Amino acid sequence: MDIFGRLTLESLPFYSVIAASGAAVTVLGGLAVVGAITYFGAWRMVMTQWVSSVDHKKIGIMYIMLALVMLLRGFVDAAMMRSQQAIALNNEGYLPPDHFDQIFSSHGTIMIFFMAMPFLSGLANLIVPQQIGSRDVAFPFMNSVSLWLTTAGAGLMLISLVVGKFSTAGWTGYPPYSGVEYTPGVGVDYWLWMVFIAGFGTTMTGINFLVTIFKCRAPGMTMFRLPLFTWTMFITSVLIIFAFPALTVACGMLILDRNFGFHFFTNGMGGNMMNYINLFWLWGHPEVYILILPAFGVFSEVVSVFSQKRLFGYISLVCATIAIGLLSFTVWLHHFFTMGSSARVNSFFGTMTTIISVPTGVKVFDWLLTMYRGRIIFKPPMLFTIGFLVTFVIGGLSGVLLALPPIDYMMHNTTFLVAHFHNMIIPGVLFGYLAGYMYWFPKAFGFKLNERWGTISFWCWIIGFYIAFMPLYVLGLLGMPRRMEHYEIAAWQPHLIAAWVGAFIIMLGLIALAVQLVVSVRERKQALDLTGDPWNGRSLEWATSSPAAPYNFAVLPKVESREAWWDMKQRGVAYRRPEKYEDIVMPKNTYAGLVIGVAGGVFGFAAIWWMWWLAFSALAVIVGTIIYRASDDDDEFVMTASEVKAIEDARFAQLAKAPKNEMADEPGFAGEAAPEPAT
Amino acid sequence: MSSIADMTINPRDAERYEEKDFGFWLYLMSDAVIFACLFATYLVMVGNTAGGPTPKDVFSLDRAAAETALLLLSSTTFGVAAVALSAGERSKVLLWLAITFLLGASFIFLEFGEFRGLIAEGAGPERSGFLSAFFTLVGTHGLHVSVGLVWILVMIGQVFFKGLTAPVASRLMRLGLFWHFLDIIWVVIFSVVYLPGLV
Repeated sequence: MDIFGRLTLESLPFYSVIAASGAAVTVLGGLAVVGAITYFGAWRMVMTQWVSSVDHKKIGIMYIMLALVMLLRGFVDAAMMRSQQAIALNNEGYLPPDHFDQIFSSHGTIMIFFMAMPFLSGLANLIVPQQIGSRDVAFPFMNSVSLWLTTAGAGLMLISLVVGKFSTAGWTGYPPYSGVEYTPGVGVDYWLWMVFIAGFGTTMTGINFLVTIFKCRAPGMTMFRLPLFTWTMFITSVLIIFAFPALTVACGMLILDRNFGFHFFTNGMGGNMMNYINLFWLWGHPEVYILILPAFGVFSEVVSVFSQKRLFGYISLVCATIAIGLLSFTVWLHHFFTMGSSARVNSFFGTMTTIISVPTGVKVFDWLLTMYRGRIIFKPPMLFTIGFLVTFVIGGLSGVLLALPPIDYMMHNTTFLVAHFHNMIIPGVLFGYLAGYMYWFPKAFGFKLNERWGTISFWCWIIGFYIAFMPLYVLGLLGMPRRMEHYEIAAWQPHLIAAWVGAFIIMLGLIALAVQLVVSVRERKQALDLTGDPWNGRSLEWATSSPAAPYNFAVLPKVESREAWWDMKQRGVAYRRPEKYEDIVMPKNTYAGLVIGVAGGVFGFAAIWWMWWLAFSALAVIVGTIIYRASDDDDEFVMTASEVKAIEDARFAQLAKAPKNEMADEPGFAGEAAPEPAT
Repeated sequence: MSSIADMTINPRDAERYEEKDFGFWLYLMSDAVIFACLFATYLVMVGNTAGGPTPKDVFSLDRAAAETALLLLSSTTFGVAAVALSAGERSKVLLWLAITFLLGASFIFLEFGEFRGLIAEGAGPERSGFLSAFFTLVGTHGLHVSVGLVWILVMIGQVFFKGLTAPVASRLMRLGLFWHFLDIIWVVIFSVVYLPGLV
């Protein structure tokens, strides 16, 4: 047996200049990170305070860093596709078909699994415990395992660029094409194992947040007092727990087919490839709502705070969220109306798809009515929210069109569909996460992001979006199939060039995001958030300091209203000093999560390349670490009352120095209760 | 010998155990969906024999009955261990956990034998869609039972070295949930896979 399995020197990307430069950028990027940490002498800090951390706020920040890196990588793929299609009329363009296919496959895989999912987990980690008045998530260690398994999946994604080739089967990996008969090699295996491994992490995140929201709320924080973001995370967790198993099963079966000669989805020998597609979308459609519900939650928070008004129709928003959660399991077949099930089956799923737009419509009206007669402040998060409202409705309308099976028969597999789902996911999901990123950034780091660059980024994103995707609707109506490497119809080219221009403008939006981060860090002294409540907020995460203390709340808050923090400010009980502090039990940092994640990544790599000895060793490390951890009853430490008091005293001293809130002149301002001086 | 009843668990720890139990229930529900997908796949593919053996040709009722008896009995013996746990009798807990382990291991031994026999006579998972689905469904259950066996060993070690402390007792409760859950899945496998295949 060869110790390197099927890995040979030919797996390195020296067969093409473009592939080699992609690999070079990836390797250099990795070296640059290692170099930077070494240069700043930060290894000790990185190891002891970050990668071993079980603090939900740090885990959240690491998730979002991962998401931003992968956003960049996914965007590069998008830009390469747009460039190819802009020039490939009657010629081969600059990308060979095999490479083009890898790029559209990795673009979708990255954006869904390694950009959107980590971004969502990151925001939830950062904010949900603080919103419900909790000191941490229910299972801090499992949280760290989730992070590192997700990172292991993303790591395999990056490695696939350097060693071997990626899948050419699209982000959905439909058999029989993705079967070993038509697509030998490691590409599809890379895709399968990274999705499989990251999926375990996500399932654990779902369990973690459901228990956290159900069991760890502060006194008085009843379910119908939960902020909307927490509500949406609650339903998203339910969806994760019940939907991800279907993905695990579909991927697991395809792994068995490809590597061990099983016949789940093969053409002959009793395989049934439509079973894969059913299982995949049984996960895939709820996944759409897993991604978008938390974004809806962010919009609900942002629209209320920056309209300086109570959220309109709280109960209807909660009910709509629950309804969407339930209905999301009844529409999966609309992804393959053309499978040829009976007209009755198709019309059932078409009808359910139309119905699911109703609760979404309810939400849109609730947000509009929150803004109505509000005093709107056009900060970047609010701009993203308004941009979302306008643009998302257009995407929703094209979705209702596609929900009709006869129309779907005409449109399926065209760029009309591509335009539709980007029209949902970019304004719906990505704008929501970016709004959340800019809205909660001060909570994570203690200073605000530069607003000018945030605004520039917003305008680039929204203008770029329209120019990039509206032409794709037209192209779809002109009959252009998706995923074309080159084409012969001259009438398509102007639209594809327009779409390329749009992608370029979106790139400017991404650059603006990067500039915003750099400028904000450099000028952070001018934008410090000393109160912990920079936006005159309404929910409990604004009651903590920015960044929050390790325990979030020195004394657990008592909630008496749906807008807990706003209510405390109104009653003049905000920023009160407790009579005395108590000891707080905290989870100890541990490397076990990192070890499991790294071993998970090694296991995936070994399984992809058939290095079975290595795969079994990695598995043994995982099992050993779990047993070690499960036998360790000493995983907590006590932060004494005097340590807590020292941190809180510093916080109150800082509060006393805080300048006037920049929103203090707004008529809706609830006032900073003057903090009591330190004693 | 300490008894659970005399042990004072502080309210915070009690809350933590409750959270862990709830989280474990959620995991079981998620796992139940995995099995639901595998059952659905099996039912879709049970007729896809590709000219190879049919359920009637490959299943043996005797063996399935023996496997069922072993696993159901192991659930009962785990129940006895749980009773001993609440009475705080450490050596009895150890004894009944060991018996449960032996019953579970015998189940795996029989299942392994069944799989090996099938593969030897050319009815392995590569033969047809039906056999792929069968091996995956029953094999996934077997994999779970094997994980359960490792877990029982770990718990025997913990009870032996740590005694019946509150965290150990809380883990034993969740191991119980897991073990009984696998029993229920097996009952469904028996009724959906073996019985219709033979009758």
